[in-house]
Amino acid sequence: MESMTLEELKKKAIELRETAVTMVYKAQSGHPGGSLSAADFVTALYFNEMNVNPEEPEWADRDRFVLSKGHVAPIQYAALAHKGFVPLETINTLREYGSPFQGHPDSKKCPGVDISTGSLGQGLSCAVGMALGGKLDEKAYRVFAVVGDGECQEGQIWEAAQTAVKYELDNLVVFIDDNGLQIDGTTEEVMPNHDLEKKFQAFGFETKRIDGHSMEEIVETLDEVREAKNGKPKCVVCNTVKGKGVSYMENVVGWHGKAPNEEQYNLAMEELARGLHA
Amino acid sequence: MTVIDLKATEQIATRQAFGDEIAKLGRDNKNILVVDADIGSSCKTTKFMNEFPKQHINVGIAEQNAAGLAAGLATTGKIPFVSTYAVFGSLRMAEQIRQEICYPNLNVKIACSHGGLTPANDGGSHQAIEDMGVLRTLPNMTVIMGADYHSTRKLVKQAAEVYGPVYLRFTRDTVPVIYDENEEFEIGKAKHLKDGKDVALIANGDTVHLALQSAEILEDKGISVKLLDMHTIKPIDREAVLECIEIGKIVTVEDHNIINGLGSAVSEIVAEQGKGVVRRIGVQDQFGESAPYEKLLELNGITVENIVNMAEEIL
Repeated sequence: MESMTLEELKKKAIELRETAVTMVYKAQSGHPGGSLSAADFVTALYFNEMNVNPEEPEWADRDRFVLSKGHVAPIQYAALAHKGFVPLETINTLREYGSPFQGHPDSKKCPGVDISTGSLGQGLSCAVGMALGGKLDEKAYRVFAVVGDGECQEGQIWEAAQTAVKYELDNLVVFIDDNGLQIDGTTEEVMPNHDLEKKFQAFGFETKRIDGHSMEEIVETLDEVREAKNGKPKCVVCNTVKGKGVSYMENVVGWHGKAPNEEQYNLAMEELARGLHA
Repeated sequence: MTVIDLKATEQIATRQAFGDEIAKLGRDNKNILVVDADIGSSCKTTKFMNEFPKQHINVGIAEQNAAGLAAGLATTGKIPFVSTYAVFGSLRMAEQIRQEICYPNLNVKIACSHGGLTPANDGGSHQAIEDMGVLRTLPNMTVIMGADYHSTRKLVKQAAEVYGPVYLRFTRDTVPVIYDENEEFEIGKAKHLKDGKDVALIANGDTVHLALQSAEILEDKGISVKLLDMHTIKPIDREAVLECIEIGKIVTVEDHNIINGLGSAVSEIVAEQGKGVVRRIGVQDQFGESAPYEKLLELNGITVENIVNMAEEIL
């Protein structure tokens, strides 16, 4: 596992944001809002935590990553491209015929995608299956699942959660991207989640709520859960801002699944670059 | 090819064949797992569970999760058999099977008891009349229903040996044992039970014994019958269907809605060839209700009498 300093990780998160927004701009299609809210913990996972090998994407002992909120594929693709699973120039092919970068993650087409996702509410069950498989084989790998807050309205999330607790899957870490927005409005308006941390805690998870844009808190949390072999699955609820890093996208429902035009794209790149050189 | 005299044979539900075979397979291969959703006892997985508790996962009443969990397990090299009733395994889990099992083409088997009208007295809510059709439309999926105890055991074993998603459907009720226990079966290859030249009967699952009895009656009347047990409706044995098209007159028999099951699969090939006539016997696009199994078959014309009449009618 490579290790980065906090400063390096913060810069990497901005690079991934730039790549994700560029992909969506070039494709003129895709989901920038949630890609940007998840960018920081996805960066920390791929560049500081997960034991993966781009040379051998299907290495049996690798840590697994399940993007249950599959529509934010651009941020995972950005991580995979920067990590070396696919050539960086592939970012120009998002959503194109034959591309490894399908509209939603496709494990048959993209190296490093551990399972196809996209239909909300289902990825966590898959992650639980992977974690259980690891336990049955007495393997040391861990499974990281990224779940949206809106996605937690699907009942299957809770079916998966209760199974993770029953089978004592302490090798499972669930990140909730709690940005408070979904397609039709705020989660408060559409279907209140109340407190997702309390919900997962009530199911028997070991939980923690953090600032999902603080690399310090993300790294500290990952350090804590790494050694916690207490029979409990982990849930990290991340307070995030949808569209984080691009001023006009931040907390704007409309940027859930829309591509920027040229002017907007240039502004996004300018703002992200400013962050990079801050 | 040994076909046992139906009058002398014993009756066993094919869910029992699944229960017996999976327990045997679990012993030979530790990667074989059963994922249950609280109805293991009626799906006959209790023996497996008792013998191999570490290979048994019970997710409770949560079928959608069972499908996703099985997909995740399959990515780690396991061969999970998700076991539930056919109506839940095909419909409540349909989207999970599509997205997480068929789309990534994972090695998960969906093994379902209570297929067709066999959960008779449970009523229409529990009878699975559209399951094979729903799963037949999913790319990468194989769809199978064995006709009796021995064929079902062999097909379960084969399903474990081939890579990829497989849907297996079993009966709740007993059906006569047709085959000798040493008979071999191959997924995608119809079993030729009779060779004739006047009319072809193609049946699957719990209707094969009805077709077999019908064929004997027809033969007594001097009509030469070709009879196929089409245990795999996807991939269907195209070659065997083409042979029936040469005869030109085909009657299909199934315990499934006549829409999108065996009859439809055969009709698709017949239509593409542009010759031949097909009559479909099966559930007449209507829901069942609580009644004895025999009564439900009768209400849908899935009877020896109707098969014989239909065959004579198209001659």
